[in-house]
Amino acid sequence: MLRLERVSRRWKDFEINNVSFEVIKGEYFIILGPSGAGKTLLLETIAGIFKPEEGDIWLEEERITDLPPEKREISYIPQNYALFPHLTVYENIAYGMRLRKFSEEEIKREVYELAEVLGIGGLLHREPKTLSGGEQQRVAIARAIAIKPKILLLDEPFSNLDIQMASKLIGEMKRWKKELEFTAIHVTHSFEEALSLGDRVGVMMKGELKQIGAIREVFSTPKSEDVARFLGYENIIEGEARGRTFYVNGIKLELPKEAKGRIRIGLRPEDIILSKKVLESSARNVLKMRVTAIEDLGSVVKVEVESSGIELRAIITRSSLLELGISEGDEIYAVFKSSAIHIF
Amino acid sequence: MRRDYVTAFFALMGSFLLVYILLPIFLIIGKQLLDFEMLVKTLQDELVIESLKNSFLTSTATMLISLIFGVPLGYILAREDFRGKSIVQGIIDVPIVIPHSVVGVMLLVTFSDAILDSYLGIIMAMLFVSAPFTINASRDGFLAIDERLEHVARTLGASKLKVFFTITLPLAMPSILSGAIMTWARAISEVGAILIVAYYPKTAQVLVMDYFNNYGLNVSRPISVILILLSLFIFALMRWIAGKRNVEA
Repeated sequence: MLRLERVSRRWKDFEINNVSFEVIKGEYFIILGPSGAGKTLLLETIAGIFKPEEGDIWLEEERITDLPPEKREISYIPQNYALFPHLTVYENIAYGMRLRKFSEEEIKREVYELAEVLGIGGLLHREPKTLSGGEQQRVAIARAIAIKPKILLLDEPFSNLDIQMASKLIGEMKRWKKELEFTAIHVTHSFEEALSLGDRVGVMMKGELKQIGAIREVFSTPKSEDVARFLGYENIIEGEARGRTFYVNGIKLELPKEAKGRIRIGLRPEDIILSKKVLESSARNVLKMRVTAIEDLGSVVKVEVESSGIELRAIITRSSLLELGISEGDEIYAVFKSSAIHIF
Repeated sequence: MRRDYVTAFFALMGSFLLVYILLPIFLIIGKQLLDFEMLVKTLQDELVIESLKNSFLTSTATMLISLIFGVPLGYILAREDFRGKSIVQGIIDVPIVIPHSVVGVMLLVTFSDAILDSYLGIIMAMLFVSAPFTINASRDGFLAIDERLEHVARTLGASKLKVFFTITLPLAMPSILSGAIMTWARAISEVGAILIVAYYPKTAQVLVMDYFNNYGLNVSRPISVILILLSLFIFALMRWIAGKRNVEA
């Protein structure tokens, strides 16, 4: 439905480089990437605020690369929602319909219907500045949907909300996308949003789309090291594989499947268990290591351990840290299942 | 405690200027009220009435012209980047550094008889020295608007011009209006350039000087007081209206 072909654009310190992907009608497509990856620039290029320096954009088989934003029928919700401060909620939602010369009656019906679905029926006479962040977001969605766009672009829609409000709205968003039947591209750096909303995901880093695929697939089998790192495989070790055994600096690890030659393996910090004694467990990989650093991350603690030139980072809860009673320099066993290892 | 002394000291220093501005205004009005008869007589003087009318009409016309040309310029300066932008910005501030008598001479050299002793001449002299207020205030007003509002309006189907009139202009209006009021105020207080370009038709501010030169302080005082009161009244009225809009927006 929406197709980008090798689109490149630079603006200030941001750039998107040779980006190609396609969004299918009715799909909720997530673009996941760290800040500064060029995600907003990508959305604004799709919206027509920026023209690509190279490449083409197609929407329903029409080339829209050179169309101005008002001719594209693509709605855009920026990160701060950008509600028109001088108009009431009602007028905000009605803005696009008024331009399309709908009758007052049609506008009223549509605004009320959207307000009903989005739960903002009581706010229609209010001014945007009197609304909470969550309410503003709903109004922004209503305003964007009211023109029945072919596609909806959402830039970090939950990042300005507190955690509780965000997870509540993520839940509601699932319902809205069913009820209102829109196609969306949603840009975010949050795994939670990607995992709970996305049909497919594109991982964007340094202006490039590194990997595109179904959400679970991308998270379980990242194609490259930097995607893996971004997706949380903080421990990446390079070594030699022979069959199901992995050799590195005289240490042997069991792999989840057979491999051969020089490979890299990835391991999520939360998949590593730390123990004072050798554990009797199904986990096949046990390494004796030394604690080099303990970093407090709030509710959890990151422990860095080292042995024979291999560094691992493990994340454990604060209470496990107290139970273990470890401090820097102590010896400890790092335990992990072979199935937790990801081979690149 | 120390901070209180600092604040008190700063307030004391600052109030000197405040008193310095207010004292002459109160004194001239107070003195004239003692000679109320002369004030009434001046108000019946047709020359005075005519000159007041001239002053107010020309300043208002100047304000409107500065809006028509200044708002688009302010928009360009706020939204576009181009080579020589800082030079353009500098040019706009030039009228502030040129002595106003010189402004009058320059205008006469440029337009000569076409503007000599005419309403057009008065307005052109006023415009030259007062337009920067409208230009700069509209530029600041446009700059303060989040460009994403305009982007979103575009995606919702509004053309660039439509966005300007439905989003940008209404939001910048308080700033533009306050700039226009300053332009009006600067225009009605202009003497130097007008004196050279258009001694006639007589404006009130030139008439004050006339009376002072020909008849002395006492005669120029009543018309001065009338000019002060009327200007302040209109200035306050316009600010009040603009402020009300501001609150609504």
